[in-house]
Amino acid sequence: MTSTRRAAVLGGNRIPFARQFGAYAEASNQDMLTAALEGLIARHGLAGERLGEVVAGAVIKHSRDFNLTREAVLGSSLSPTTPAYDITQACGTGLEAAILVANKIALGQIESGIAGGADSASDAPVVVPEKLRRKLLRMNRAKSSTDKAMAALAFRPTDLGIQVPANTEPRTGLSMGDHMAITAQRWGITREDQDALALASHHNLAAAYDRGFFDDLLTPYLGLTRDSNLRADSTLEKLASLKPVFGKGEGATMTAGNSTPLTDGASAVLLGSQEGAAAHGLKPLAWLVDGETAAVDYVTGDEGLLMAPAYAVPRLLARNGLSLQDFDFYEIHEAFAATVLSTLAAWQDQEFCHDRLGLEAPLGAIDRSRLNVNGSSLAAGHPFAATGGRIVATLATMLHEKGPGSRGLISICAAGGQGVVAILEAA
Amino acid sequence: MAHRDGYTAFVSSGLGKKLATTLGLPQPVALRRQVPGRPLVDGPVLVGGHGDLPAVAALRDALTGAGATLVDEVPDTGRLGGVLVDLTAADGPADLESLRATLAPALKRLGRCARVVVIGRDPALAGSPAQHAARRALEGITRSVAKELRAGATANLVLVADGSEAAALGTVEFLLSARSAYVDAQVFRVGKGVAGAAPGDRPLDGKVAVVTGAARGIGAEIARALARDGATVVCVDVPSAGAALAAVANEIGGTALQADVTSPEAGPRILGHARTRHGGLDVVVYNAGITRDKLLANTDADRWASVLDVNLGSILRMNEAFLGRDGLRQGGHVVLVSSIAGIAGNRGQSNYAASKAGVIGLVDAYSADKALQRRGITVNAVAPGFIETEMTARIPFATRELGRRLNSLSQGGLPVDVAETIAYFASDAQSTVSGNVVRVCGQSLLGA
Repeated sequence: MTSTRRAAVLGGNRIPFARQFGAYAEASNQDMLTAALEGLIARHGLAGERLGEVVAGAVIKHSRDFNLTREAVLGSSLSPTTPAYDITQACGTGLEAAILVANKIALGQIESGIAGGADSASDAPVVVPEKLRRKLLRMNRAKSSTDKAMAALAFRPTDLGIQVPANTEPRTGLSMGDHMAITAQRWGITREDQDALALASHHNLAAAYDRGFFDDLLTPYLGLTRDSNLRADSTLEKLASLKPVFGKGEGATMTAGNSTPLTDGASAVLLGSQEGAAAHGLKPLAWLVDGETAAVDYVTGDEGLLMAPAYAVPRLLARNGLSLQDFDFYEIHEAFAATVLSTLAAWQDQEFCHDRLGLEAPLGAIDRSRLNVNGSSLAAGHPFAATGGRIVATLATMLHEKGPGSRGLISICAAGGQGVVAILEAA
Repeated sequence: MAHRDGYTAFVSSGLGKKLATTLGLPQPVALRRQVPGRPLVDGPVLVGGHGDLPAVAALRDALTGAGATLVDEVPDTGRLGGVLVDLTAADGPADLESLRATLAPALKRLGRCARVVVIGRDPALAGSPAQHAARRALEGITRSVAKELRAGATANLVLVADGSEAAALGTVEFLLSARSAYVDAQVFRVGKGVAGAAPGDRPLDGKVAVVTGAARGIGAEIARALARDGATVVCVDVPSAGAALAAVANEIGGTALQADVTSPEAGPRILGHARTRHGGLDVVVYNAGITRDKLLANTDADRWASVLDVNLGSILRMNEAFLGRDGLRQGGHVVLVSSIAGIAGNRGQSNYAASKAGVIGLVDAYSADKALQRRGITVNAVAPGFIETEMTARIPFATRELGRRLNSLSQGGLPVDVAETIAYFASDAQSTVSGNVVRVCGQSLLGA
């Protein structure tokens, strides 16, 4: 295979995102991923069809979900002969899945496929403490009654307890928010700027719902028709009244209002070749032009945990001969308002761009009126693996509305000091 | 959808039957409904009538080909599946005797859910007062017979045009079949035209249909029926009903389109979807509707306007797209959903009745439109009576029981009964059937 072809985003679907322990408290990752697939299948008339593949994942996963995506496909209306596999790249999972499917399409290996992701912060896998786990396994191995009795005697009341997955980095013991607080301080991101960005996210998302923008992008689930985190009536005063939850002392600026809450949800994106699209009577919304992944050394403190996209974007721009200003829309995932603002600050910083990115001149500022114009994670919420699919489908629809020649940039930060970025172009 | 009518189940049991007979209570039977492979009609069909039976002559071969056994006399044993009485040659009241002579011995020999189909001609086209009277008399006879029939049997009248008797094939087949289970005492008008093609098992093969309000209830059943008959169905409903809509679309291999039918973009969006995804549009079923019930004295402008806009205004706006030059393809079909409330009126439903009577006005207007006639586009409506849906399940018990029993079949209809009649209108076999408003009401006493 020597020649490649373009891969298109044909459509998307997600279920409304729900705050943790809310409407989807009882729904599993598989339930939600299946629901997202079913809506996508219905919107595009794919019932009974065999697609090239379905790629999806979940960041927080039960051990029983070893074949999560394949199980979701089997529970969906797609042909059971549609293959599937799971991937995980923390919060980059959804976008990475889309890049993988697009690459196979570009290589001519498949004609169409679905990329997606689901995450539940409510239906979390519960793990017993390590000491107890080992003792339980030992008892399970015991064959004779005597061995079983001996193994049972080893249990201590102090062994009891459960561990719920925590949003902390294993190598630093710091939560993602604490990491972000360090970066925010490093870039001097103010509380006011963070609150303003959060407010814009809520207002933009609410306006998008009101104008029916999501009619072709979302299917209600379990009684929810809009993201439950959305606060259309939020104000700067309300946001300013919240107490900081990350960082310490005077400089603490990050609140529950300018940080994404734990969220449940799922999303799916349909991709295909021009031929694959035509076979389903579909028209490409946008081309997935290129993608790039970067990682930073946050463990030693060399770089902030969520700053990898700041490195991935310039590499992607250089490969495609574009400047940061060559885009009609910027979709920068709002893990925290401070993440977006730190990334933008870094790109405008002479020293950072020279020393860290090896650039002669800074990437410069972007037109902020083109940033997250239909809202982002601060308003919608952020079910980790589902965010990529939400953004890809949203941006593809925006580019389709804007018309041929328009271009959009996606930037998503991920745990483990990683970042996944991509360029979409209107078809 | 499960039949939630416990009474019908009860009176079908040994004890229930005895009790109902003793007390003179209504005795509904479970109606014969369409299942794949079911014969057109259960038992032989007696044919008779006046003169040389022009309609029977035109239909005999096709009906036999469709699996019906036509007999000229009541057999010595067994039950009749139906009676086909041809009065198309009737010129005056005296000729009606042949109808009596055919039906009288047959009625006592009808099987369960048997069918009486009377074929006549349009009174308005009569050549003399006597002929006009005789033709009009058929409606009175059919409606009376329908009230006399028991055990799920129905009687309907088909008016055919002179020389176009064969065009009534699809209609007669529909009325003989299990598909017309809850259609009783109705008049069908079949216009001039060539012989309708035999409907067959998949009369909508290759057709693209849009159903509004398809997420649940009657709309979902319409989508299922059209898909079963071969159509590719675009299921439309409001975004908030998207989950149920997706389930229906995936079940029938159609597509789901979340749209508010009152939005100005609804028509162009739905049409665009049908054209780009499926290559065109052949059938539109306007099923979406809402109720905002209040006595007129307590109805505010909002309740008034919203019902009229969803149930009537949206149809006018969407038709700008669907009936426009790039809209429905040649020979397309528009089917609207009226209501018995639009015919009889209903206390607390003046806004709803206004919209549903307005729908009948639309059928009259569009079916008379010469430009649409040239494009072969038919426009008809169904007017459901008491249908067992989530909506009727919420009616208080006593009112609900009354609604259920106040008809000749002593039971509510099912959503599928409405869907079957719509599928009948949507078929090219009915290319000469336009301007009809057919009640699917089991001969409800309301507004009759």
